[in-house]
Amino acid sequence: MVIQTEGLTFNFGSQTVVKSLSLQVPEGSIYGFLGPNGAGKTTTIKLLLNLLQTQEGSIRIFDLDFQTHRKEILSQVGSLIEQPAIYAHLTGKENLLNRAILLQISENRVDEMLELVHLTQAAHKKAGNYSLGMKQRLGIALALLSDPKLLILDEPTNGLDPNGIIEIRELLKKLVSKHNKTVFISSHLLAEIERMATHVGIINNGELLFQGEIKDLESISQPLVRIEANNTVDAANLLSKSGYNVIDVNDNYLCVTYQSKEKTGQINALLNKNGYTIYSIHKVQKDLEKLFLDITQTPA
Amino acid sequence: MKGFILSLQSEFYKSRKTLGFWAAILLPLILTLLVFIGFYVKSEKMTNMPGVLLWMRFSGAILGIMGSLLLPMFVIFVAYSVNSVEHKADTWKTLFSLPIAKWSVYSAKYLYALFLVILSLGLFAFFTIGFGNLLGLLKPELKFSEYHMEVMLLQVYFKLFLSALGILSIQFLLSLLWADFLKPMGIGFVCTIAGVIMATANWEYDFWFPYASPMMALKTMMPHTKGKDNSQMVIDIFTKDVFVSIAISAIVFIAGYYIVQKKSVK
Repeated sequence: MVIQTEGLTFNFGSQTVVKSLSLQVPEGSIYGFLGPNGAGKTTTIKLLLNLLQTQEGSIRIFDLDFQTHRKEILSQVGSLIEQPAIYAHLTGKENLLNRAILLQISENRVDEMLELVHLTQAAHKKAGNYSLGMKQRLGIALALLSDPKLLILDEPTNGLDPNGIIEIRELLKKLVSKHNKTVFISSHLLAEIERMATHVGIINNGELLFQGEIKDLESISQPLVRIEANNTVDAANLLSKSGYNVIDVNDNYLCVTYQSKEKTGQINALLNKNGYTIYSIHKVQKDLEKLFLDITQTPA
Repeated sequence: MKGFILSLQSEFYKSRKTLGFWAAILLPLILTLLVFIGFYVKSEKMTNMPGVLLWMRFSGAILGIMGSLLLPMFVIFVAYSVNSVEHKADTWKTLFSLPIAKWSVYSAKYLYALFLVILSLGLFAFFTIGFGNLLGLLKPELKFSEYHMEVMLLQVYFKLFLSALGILSIQFLLSLLWADFLKPMGIGFVCTIAGVIMATANWEYDFWFPYASPMMALKTMMPHTKGKDNSQMVIDIFTKDVFVSIAISAIVFIAGYYIVQKKSVK
């Protein structure tokens, strides 16, 4: 395991922000650390980097103990926490050069990183004048500069446009598949994590609700068929009687559990035959909130 | 040790474009330049003065402004500026997740602040001597060449530097812990005013208060002559207040490290 925590607990005053967290991040994985804002994601990441003192529980990174192997661990970890830490009075390149001084890295590597995150053009512009997306990319370049074995990224796609998000996603996938890195990435967007993660941990109110491979999550996150119709309540009753599992009904639409394409077609036909007008019918993923509810309501 | 040197290198690199760095150079330059201009314009009034008196007046004009109010305020500003670079850029978290010991990061930063104070005071001595000699050249009727006070000036500024160490450590820690400008500046300013009042009132325990030290340093070092020879002026560098300043500086510096180590990085 690249990251392994046991019973990790952290309190801010009387408030418990992280509760008995036991993370298992295997080597060569993209571990999506998923949770709504304020769930304790950033606190967990700061604990992993020893920026916050561990109060209870233990953390092992690369199977090493942080207290005795701090330098060894940190020399192999690249991180981006919350908004990127960038000196606004220096240019993009100077920001990287400053870090290169601290890590004893050559200037060639700095140019490579600028190229990688498409900032070569803007290398000599003051970082303070960068757009949010450029800052984020510079932050990623800073995290990658030392060619670390483990990348810890806190919401790295915040503020990026769709192109930027895709680029980062492809980059992370490539790092894992071709360069055998491990990526620990936090997000509040399920869809983003689903597209790249191999493993997932879901945290809410400081508690780990789910941890496992992405396919295990998919089995929990059952898709739905969402139907917009003229009389949703009656339509829902009809579907219920016909043996469909109705999840949600309101004035505008109703949702039933998705089974297969064929079944969706049958639902459509059934409603049509009984005189309902269907405005739209399509498959949707449950959103994160519903997924949380599902996971929390599943008896442990 | 390597981490310490790398951190120090990085401090130079990232602050060379900040006001904190340039203030250390511009402050002595501007202040001595202004006094120089004043002397140049009003030179006819001083043609009869002996060289000793000219130098005393010239350096005294600069020292008078520096010692009481400007030096403490400058030290407060330097301590703020080396830390605010990190507060503003939100880079404490990256500094403390580098594969470099926290001790190295902390002490390199402190040493850099110390360097800025030395640089500035060194330049004060340098510019005072330089502009004094320039005055002598431009206005030969001013007898600056009659007397030399290089060594004495260096001693004076060295003493001022030592007397400012206590303030530097305290302000460094305050600026490191608080991200905002007003708290360390406000506390520093109030303490400096209190220090000036204590030192001018000759309060018997004023030497315990580091913010009074620069002012006291100026008072306690009034040059006196050893024996009868008038040309041999002697400055007492290691007075009680200087020892107190050094001791407070060392204690706060070490205590600061333990606070930093335990502190959560936001």
